[in-house]
Amino acid sequence: MRPISARILEIVPETPTVRTLRFDHSLDPVPGQYLMVWVRGVDEVPMSISYRDGITVQLVGEATREIFDLEVGESLGLRGPLGNGFTLSGEKILLIGGGVGAAPLALLGEAAAEEGVEVSTLLGSRCCDEILFRERFERIGELVMTTDDGSQGICGRASAGLPALHLQEFDQIYLCGPEPMMADIIGRCPGMETKIQASIDRYFKCGMGICGSCCLDPSGIRVCIEGPVFRADQLVGTEFGRYKRGASGLKIERR
Amino acid sequence: MESPVMLAAGILGTTGASLRRAARAGAGAVVTKSLGVEVREGHRGPTVVQVEGGLLNAMGLPNPSYRNFQEEIDIGRGGGSPVVASIFGADAEEFVEVATGLDADGFELNLSCPHAERFGAEIGCEACNVEAITRAVKRRVDVPVWVKLTPNVADVVALGLAAQRGGADGVVAINTLKAMAIDVESGRPILGNRFGGLSGPAIKPVAVRCVYDLASALDIPVIGVGGIATWQDAVEIMMAGARGVQVGTALGSGDGYGIFRSIAEGLSGYLERKGMALEELVGLARRVP
Repeated sequence: MRPISARILEIVPETPTVRTLRFDHSLDPVPGQYLMVWVRGVDEVPMSISYRDGITVQLVGEATREIFDLEVGESLGLRGPLGNGFTLSGEKILLIGGGVGAAPLALLGEAAAEEGVEVSTLLGSRCCDEILFRERFERIGELVMTTDDGSQGICGRASAGLPALHLQEFDQIYLCGPEPMMADIIGRCPGMETKIQASIDRYFKCGMGICGSCCLDPSGIRVCIEGPVFRADQLVGTEFGRYKRGASGLKIERR
Repeated sequence: MESPVMLAAGILGTTGASLRRAARAGAGAVVTKSLGVEVREGHRGPTVVQVEGGLLNAMGLPNPSYRNFQEEIDIGRGGGSPVVASIFGADAEEFVEVATGLDADGFELNLSCPHAERFGAEIGCEACNVEAITRAVKRRVDVPVWVKLTPNVADVVALGLAAQRGGADGVVAINTLKAMAIDVESGRPILGNRFGGLSGPAIKPVAVRCVYDLASALDIPVIGVGGIATWQDAVEIMMAGARGVQVGTALGSGDGYGIFRSIAEGLSGYLERKGMALEELVGLARRVP
């Protein structure tokens, strides 16, 4: 399909670097699916969906800068929802989010809570000002927070919050956040890979499984249509956590 | 080649892993994303938009440069099928630099990309350039060299003949048709590059005609590409004269990588049912009274 034109009904500043845009269209997403967002005249970029009718954007580059300059009543072109989202399973689940990675998890957690699933959340943020969707997570269950600078909750990365939770009690664990954080958490949960689902990030051009920019080594899995959500055992032994590719196809090593 | 069904250039050809996956899924040969001298990030998005009957794209020849690609070719070869490097350049010198800088099982000269300044169709629409570039590359490599032709000319046969004079081992037809889509809400062209190339089912009849004309005039093999999505499409374009087919856009729908086997199996089943050999199918439409 061609991009639909979605008008912005509401803009919500969430943190100093993150804001939510609510549209005049219900996107009807499976939590974890994404949109290709066309900022007319600038670029088209993938964005995860945070509400049935909204996206939550972190200021990271030129396209997101332009999105931050938009006002209520203006519009964006949207393709989607695209890709495979999270699969809800079990009676008791744990969400682990880092930074703006909390966006699709909030949508997932609300859908799960509505179905009577017990939801706990571990949320990692840089500092107390950057905690995203605290109220949404508190409303649906237990929330453990970490901040890199210790300004709220446990001091440290998201993994510093793991000891506060009994991981074995959860039927399923859902991850979304910076790749080093997700790789770190998967590494700390040996034997649990088949009950961890992670939403991962790669450079997308087409969003329809043909251009090949997002293929994972060594399997050639296309993140844009076979993901972006994968079970952790599908990621073990891949480039995940080690490198990704940029727009030209060149590898970008993680530090 | 074990199968006449190949992966087309520009599709899932950026990494060795995806090339290998296509080969393991049954592609008889796999063609890489086009490689040039410099690292290019390509055009801004949207780079692809779905339109009636196919896809419109303007990727803008993104590639990591041939200097950073040998490892991907070597990984791709692990799939057991030949890896053909699609290459582009602004002139014969650049084509030769890329071709001699790579160890591949064949080269496909991209003289047909419709949406990158200084490259592709901008030079490939002139028969004299096609001949000169083909000759220059052929002189320096000892693997098969195919030339991928643009349909955006009055006479594609003139380009095919030029490739043949230059010593090409085959021609590949067709690249995408010049096309455009405009967002009716804003009046903006949708593609970041404004213009692009149309692929998919809508262009298959154009490809069939080009292949028919080329196969009628050339002595070298013609490989058919453009909207091939089913075994019937493959049979049709082979009847027009194609010795092999390439699949691109269709990989984005239905069973994805499974398309190589489904086309190859459908084709074998058809030949069996008709009691025909593949050679009898090729160009059949030109021989029927």
